[in-house]
Amino acid sequence: MNLGAIARHRLFWPLVALVVLLVASALKSPAFLEVTVRDGHLFGGPVDILRRSSVLLLVALGMTLVIATRGIDLSVGAVMAIAGAVALSQIAASPDPGALSTVLLAMLTALAVALGIGVFNGFLVAVVGIQPIVATLIFMTAGRGIAMLITGGQITTVTSAPYKTIASGYWLGLPVAALIAALIFGATALLTRRTALGVLIESVGINPSASRLAGVRARTIIWTVYVICAAFACIAGFIKSSDIMAADSNNAGLFIELDAILAVVIGGTSLAGGKFSLTGTLVGSLVITTLTLSITILGIPVNAVSLFKALVVIAVCLLQSPVVQHRMRSRRRRAAPVPVEVPA
Amino acid sequence: MVSRTFRTRAMAATVAVLALGLAACGSSGSGDSSTDAATGGGDSGDLINVGFSQVGAESGWRAANTKSIQDTLTKDNGFDLKFSDAQQKQENQIQAIRSYIAQGVDYIAFSPVVESGWDAVLEEAKQANIPVILTDRAVDSEDKSLYVTFIGSDFVEEGKRIGEWVNDNVATEPINVVELQGTTGSAPAIDRKQGFEDATKGNPNVKIIASQTGNFTRAEGKTVMEGFLQANPDIDLVYAHNDDMALGAIEAIEAAGKKPGTDIKIVSIDGVKDGMQALADGKINYIVECNPLLGPDLADIIKTLHSGGTVEPRIVTHDDAFDQAAAKEALPTRQY
Repeated sequence: MNLGAIARHRLFWPLVALVVLLVASALKSPAFLEVTVRDGHLFGGPVDILRRSSVLLLVALGMTLVIATRGIDLSVGAVMAIAGAVALSQIAASPDPGALSTVLLAMLTALAVALGIGVFNGFLVAVVGIQPIVATLIFMTAGRGIAMLITGGQITTVTSAPYKTIASGYWLGLPVAALIAALIFGATALLTRRTALGVLIESVGINPSASRLAGVRARTIIWTVYVICAAFACIAGFIKSSDIMAADSNNAGLFIELDAILAVVIGGTSLAGGKFSLTGTLVGSLVITTLTLSITILGIPVNAVSLFKALVVIAVCLLQSPVVQHRMRSRRRRAAPVPVEVPA
Repeated sequence: MVSRTFRTRAMAATVAVLALGLAACGSSGSGDSSTDAATGGGDSGDLINVGFSQVGAESGWRAANTKSIQDTLTKDNGFDLKFSDAQQKQENQIQAIRSYIAQGVDYIAFSPVVESGWDAVLEEAKQANIPVILTDRAVDSEDKSLYVTFIGSDFVEEGKRIGEWVNDNVATEPINVVELQGTTGSAPAIDRKQGFEDATKGNPNVKIIASQTGNFTRAEGKTVMEGFLQANPDIDLVYAHNDDMALGAIEAIEAAGKKPGTDIKIVSIDGVKDGMQALADGKINYIVECNPLLGPDLADIIKTLHSGGTVEPRIVTHDDAFDQAAAKEALPTRQY
């Protein structure tokens, strides 16, 4: 593969953005890229990025599958809030908050609630035929209200060692949150790329009617991706609430649906459905997480944070767009009469 | 063709979303009040109609503040309270205030989520002859006649007291300070920053090496503190604009293998229960209280105004300050 082909790869510019952010942070604070062992686990900037990106990656994975079927799920942030609220209220109300069985039971209950929301979303989209953006908007707006009802409008705080492990624990020196995300990423990749599921999802996204006529159960597939998406959001909700050991219904996962859609788009999956890239989503999630962390490291003034984020995102999206890429190539050719691309 | 159809659909959907979003905003203001529809309007017997628009439920402090107001302005005490939660959005608050004006309440009280942009809606309230009382946070309107009084703590003073304690107890040698600011543009964030800077300006030992917003929440306090720890290897003191961000910072400092309160000292403002507990546990070093129990004072002000009396345009609540020993003593009897 020559240089031109690499530069044209859809993940080229997102990866460049990632490297630029990392290098800029490292220049500003040389210790940033150092990974050391502290208290028996790895510690450093890259470890923080891996741990922090787990939440966004989980949500974005589910979102990738939904978007591949031409859908969109706006309810993920609210599902995260509900997951945290259900799990933590149950742990807080139990006589023994530190017991592993209490924590597992609470998480199972929360997962059941989240699956219920996924089934509801999927039903509205796949069976009733409501536009996905409208169908999932119901829980996006109502979900936080439900979470507030569960926590009684308060921030529920608990002390429970097993629950704290989810976000703050380490296993074999690596953050548990990142391991959970890696495990689910691996499972999703296996399930979609080593079985026919991935192709079926893509075919539904490219043309639902044609794939139905070809014998693909489009309805079941669409329904399933919404359930999967809610389940992943629920796990992300566990990590988020475990991070601060509190269920903050107003703020947990606030606007994460937008970050997740952005991660998917940066990763090269088209909002028009069809082909999807899980690796792309992984890169997109890392870019957005690194961007957030680098704001603190680079010491961007408080008032300029939103602008800085927007500029980086616009730059990546523009550089990725086929029109801009084509213009840039033709300009380069005009400037240099010598052919840039060497025939293979 | 496909892409064009999709684009049209996407546009239609966007319009639908916007419409729904607006509808949702509308209902958040009027929804709460509709529960009191039976007593709506300004003529509900002897009860005084009060519309209160709260910022949100972003912290433990806010929860205590909400509870104090809801527990004081009860029917038994002669009030009919319409309460709404703006979820930290100014547009929701403006919407709520407009709906209170439309319902013709007797008094409007609110904690402005940010300082600016209130003139138009407060002018509407003035036209409707509804007195407005600001609680906890101020607005930056030139026209002081837009509200009757502002009751709450003096945020600059709070920041100053923190700064003075730091001068006397920590900054006897050169120290690196990081600051976790509140919501950008909000009165407590601006004033607490100001007060701290005023108090430490004359002390060459205090060096503020980084300052970033943590939006008054634990999660963001933790994220930002993690970044600070990566960027600056030698932080001596964290100044958090509220306890919740300090609690988030504690988590981040512990994850970095350091001891909060010892390796890195923490000072914050509020004095909520979780914060006081951390202070008693030695993880925070000093807290200046910001009293959230504004309910009784608010009730007094409204009763005074209702019986034709006048009140001071600025009423400062009494705030205490606690070090670790004082926290241990005070903790068992704290109301919030």
